[in-house]
Amino acid sequence: MSEVIVITSGKGGVGKTTTTANVGTGLAQLNKKVVLIDTDIGLRNLDVVMGLENRIVYNLVDVVEGSCRIKQALIKDKKYPNLSLLPSAQTRDKSSVTPEQMKKLTDELREEFDYILLDCPAGIEQGFQNAIAGADRAIVVTTPEVSAIRDADRIIGLLEANEIKQIQLVVNRLRMDMVKRGDMMTVEDVCEILAINLIGVVPDDEQIVVSTNQGEPLVGSDALAGKAFLNICKRIAGEEVPFLDLQKKASVFSKLAGLFKQD
Amino acid sequence: MSLADFFRKKNSGSIAKDRLRLVLVSDRANCSPEVMELIKNDIIHVISKYMEIDVQGLDIQITQTESETDNGKVPALYANIPIKEMHHS
Repeated sequence: MSEVIVITSGKGGVGKTTTTANVGTGLAQLNKKVVLIDTDIGLRNLDVVMGLENRIVYNLVDVVEGSCRIKQALIKDKKYPNLSLLPSAQTRDKSSVTPEQMKKLTDELREEFDYILLDCPAGIEQGFQNAIAGADRAIVVTTPEVSAIRDADRIIGLLEANEIKQIQLVVNRLRMDMVKRGDMMTVEDVCEILAINLIGVVPDDEQIVVSTNQGEPLVGSDALAGKAFLNICKRIAGEEVPFLDLQKKASVFSKLAGLFKQD
Repeated sequence: MSLADFFRKKNSGSIAKDRLRLVLVSDRANCSPEVMELIKNDIIHVISKYMEIDVQGLDIQITQTESETDNGKVPALYANIPIKEMHHS
């Protein structure tokens, strides 16, 4: 049974594309057949984060317009043959695709893939409506900041209004050092305010920037964020995984950082 | 409230949480500042028939309050209307 999952946030820059790339790659590591769809028409990003930007021939708009077959537009991942990307169009706009076309496309992809992940654009306009049209469930990405949480709350309302039943939260870019001194909302605070189930907590991690620079998702690596993303994948696949003890790790790191600072 | 709690209250994390709580209540109630202004003007209009009120000092906002029927919180319209003088009839 396949699932169509939309990764959304409302606010831009909170980590939707990074989450899509890492969760998609992680699910592929768990031997699932996965396709990632970049639905941000006009602002193509997922291809560079995945490191597949040089292989694009056809795109999402070509597929829905019937200029090519789905298979021709899908790009296979460098490492995982069971992972594919359907890139967005860079020179078109959001109105090139309708929600009905997206629904039809995702339904066709269900026949071949276990997971269809949709990377949603920021905002609540047509791009958002397109991205959620075919989705069974949603992952809402937020950071522990007032602006991102406010937008996430709005998005959750819209997802519920569109009858997407399963909505889960990823709290991204958590900084335990700031939480500890009370200058950042805790994960519990964020969950209490948004009142949806948590599926993952990803610590702020420099390695994310490094991996994005290289075009290779971090998931599965020893980096804390890599572990956090793999845990999210396992939870999506139905496994019960305890949340990482970020507190402990953060204190070790901050102690180390403190040592270096004294030099 | 302990001394530690007193200081913790001032942390920006809890300020953020409190501010978010308030803003989300009015977001969810779908009450725009324009609608609030209309409600405010109507309140002034009605109350002024009976007493003189301090229009500048009038404050209305949507907050949360404990529900009387169950244990959850419900939105509430809070109005603080300072009276200048009662009309004598």
